[in-house]
Amino acid sequence: MSYFIARRVAGFLLTLWAVSVVVFAVMNVLPGDPALTILGIDSTEEARAALRARLGLDQPVVLRYLDWVMGALRGDFGQSYSFGVPVSDLIAERLPLTFSLALSGMVVTVLLALVLGVTAAARHGRPGDWGIMLLSQMGIAIPAFWLSMLLVLLFAVKLRWLPPGGFPGWGDPVAALRALVLPTAALALVQSAVLARVTRSAALEVMRLDFVRTARATGFGSRHILWRHVLPNALVPIVTIVGLQFAGLVTGTIVIENVFYLPGLGRLLFQSIANRDLITVQALVMFFAALVVTANFLVDIAYVIIDPRLREARG
Amino acid sequence: MAFTRFSGTGLASAFALAIAFGTTAVSAETSVSIGFQQEPTTLDPTSDATASIDGIITHNVLESLTVVNESGEVLPALAESWTISEDGLTYRFKLRRDVTFHDGTEFDAEDVKFSFDRAMAEDSENPTKGIFNPVERVTVIDPHTVEMTLKNKDAFFLFNIARGDASIVAPESVDQLKTAPIGTGAYRFEGWTRGDRLTLVKNPDYRAADTVEMDKVVIRFISDPAAASAALLSGELDAFPGFPAPEMLPQFEADPRFTVTMGSTEGEVILAMNNAKPPFDNVEVRRAISHAIDRDAIIDGAMYGRATPIGSFYPPHGPAYVDLLDTYPHDTDKARAMFEEAGVAGSTMTIRVPPFPYATRSGEIIQAQLSAAGIDAKVENVEWGFWLDEIYKKQNYDMTIIAHTSPNDMGNFARGKSYFYGFEDPEFTDLWDRISTETDPDARNDLLQQGQQYLAENAIHGFLFQLPRLGVYDARLRGYWSASPVLYEPRASMSWAE
Repeated sequence: MSYFIARRVAGFLLTLWAVSVVVFAVMNVLPGDPALTILGIDSTEEARAALRARLGLDQPVVLRYLDWVMGALRGDFGQSYSFGVPVSDLIAERLPLTFSLALSGMVVTVLLALVLGVTAAARHGRPGDWGIMLLSQMGIAIPAFWLSMLLVLLFAVKLRWLPPGGFPGWGDPVAALRALVLPTAALALVQSAVLARVTRSAALEVMRLDFVRTARATGFGSRHILWRHVLPNALVPIVTIVGLQFAGLVTGTIVIENVFYLPGLGRLLFQSIANRDLITVQALVMFFAALVVTANFLVDIAYVIIDPRLREARG
Repeated sequence: MAFTRFSGTGLASAFALAIAFGTTAVSAETSVSIGFQQEPTTLDPTSDATASIDGIITHNVLESLTVVNESGEVLPALAESWTISEDGLTYRFKLRRDVTFHDGTEFDAEDVKFSFDRAMAEDSENPTKGIFNPVERVTVIDPHTVEMTLKNKDAFFLFNIARGDASIVAPESVDQLKTAPIGTGAYRFEGWTRGDRLTLVKNPDYRAADTVEMDKVVIRFISDPAAASAALLSGELDAFPGFPAPEMLPQFEADPRFTVTMGSTEGEVILAMNNAKPPFDNVEVRRAISHAIDRDAIIDGAMYGRATPIGSFYPPHGPAYVDLLDTYPHDTDKARAMFEEAGVAGSTMTIRVPPFPYATRSGEIIQAQLSAAGIDAKVENVEWGFWLDEIYKKQNYDMTIIAHTSPNDMGNFARGKSYFYGFEDPEFTDLWDRISTETDPDARNDLLQQGQQYLAENAIHGFLFQLPRLGVYDARLRGYWSASPVLYEPRASMSWAE
């Protein structure tokens, strides 16, 4: 077990290092001079040179990479070219919102998918199953941004129950929660469509196994069998998909934050790329990469907890 | 009985109305919430060209010596008056005495000298440093008088120093310009939640504070057009001065709750041709391209009919405008014949298009129009950073579509071969020298007309249309600009109708 974890941690660090090199290299071959982007096309070459010198962009690439890595190790991701404030401040400012959104999205996705998936499996081949499968097929086909717009038109413009976007901050918890309802729904409906199908087929697979028949013969109620016997044994494929979906959820927030104009990390990434704020983009991509790698790491650990047989297999 | 019942319901509904109005009025009467598509990067207009910095901060929080109004006239701001010497080289500004910065520091001539010296310094990062080039020196005569000596006459000097790039800042607070600017304007900066909103509050010590009706101006940043439209429809926003999607305007026009405006800007949209690169160095080829273009179809398709066509490089609302739309009437057959004569029929021409809706939509239509005239036209959509590098800096392109949004920018054609037009003609350079140093308005307008004629005659670029400024406003809102002759807009005149 400890060997397994050590190997995973080494893989984690190696991945992050590789990401840092790739990100830095891509940012440097990408056309676009930050100084020209910031100062605009009416600027003089003299003013642009002054800005490049202040941002340290006149230094050799290798030196800049080392500088950046050394800083990052100390938690200093440098100063944003365009916003002029430390990148770590920008991230800290926006992390709570993106985190809340991803977390609520994940919780709703999992709850919705488990209920729908298990229900469909229980009604296998009957209208309830078809109905749920039809809905999930639609959920997979509908792009999140389009669903978002429909939700806004109905609940914000027509009914005026919820705000169309924006985030007032956690100072007013009720308003903050209200602001998160539509974005969470848009994220979760699409993601849970996939997960519901996986849950259904995993549950169906388990339902064919002998121990379920035994349980049924013993006289347990069908609901008890579904939730206590079938679901726990169907969890491995479900957890795999949840882990994969976490990455989808994080990238999904980029789209959702733009549609609902929420001040989160996804919107920051979007703006920074447009502004050629390379140093912020680097930090954000590293951050997202770290999140995804961490999620995969946690999924691996979760396997071992769910299925004791894997403990021996993985040493 | 019937009468009683009638008055009873009447009273009840009047009461309900009073509640409804009472509740909205408290927040609505003295505050306004305005949508912007672009979020500022910093809040310092003297070190960053991002247009929304000027749109929010300039002449609201920070002020300059002069200001330009909606029709483009120069008016006094921090300078209450000025005199210009006979030779046009010395400007003496008399400064207002009733001005303090938001932190309580006194405004005086030293602040003016400090601001100009800072913008002109060798290590200055001012985005339009060029406007300070004519200035030889700034001298403080007394605390309320400043004299500026120019190296050469500059017809646009008073207009240019109204810009945000020439904002007057105090040495005491210059360090916080990027994050919490301290100025002299009608509004103080209150706070900025990046990605969400920026708040300005009324400056109680402003010299004309009793005329400022809005106590609070909240700027919301919404880049997605569909989200912007939902925010307006749901009442989250009261105004969206630069509405990004002309195709969504009909629903607002049909709705009595809104007013839709279409104003002019200083943005000439051109099909720029690389004059240094064959075959675009051949005036006949450029003329043939101009004949192949159908401006009306472009405006219909790309702007949903909401733009004014241009025949040269000068805004139709300007005092020197001449109508040159018929210089090259749309004529596909003629264009084809001219391409054949020039030996370029069937050759490939690529339009590299930056990622702005007006440009990408126009690009596809122009591609079809050039193809119809026998050119193998291609469109390449490029990202903004790529455009700046490859087209603007390295001149690596055939044609591109771009809006030039600066005022008085005919001088672009006098910037020599190293500018991305790849164009240079001593005749025009000389003409521009005369335009930019002619301080008599009538004589200058005559010269500007000659300039427009020269550019149309030589078909330096394809001249398409003036970029409109489309705005959606709550119908009860007053005191905003529909046209946009400059990048800024003072909000002190905004109010709610009774």
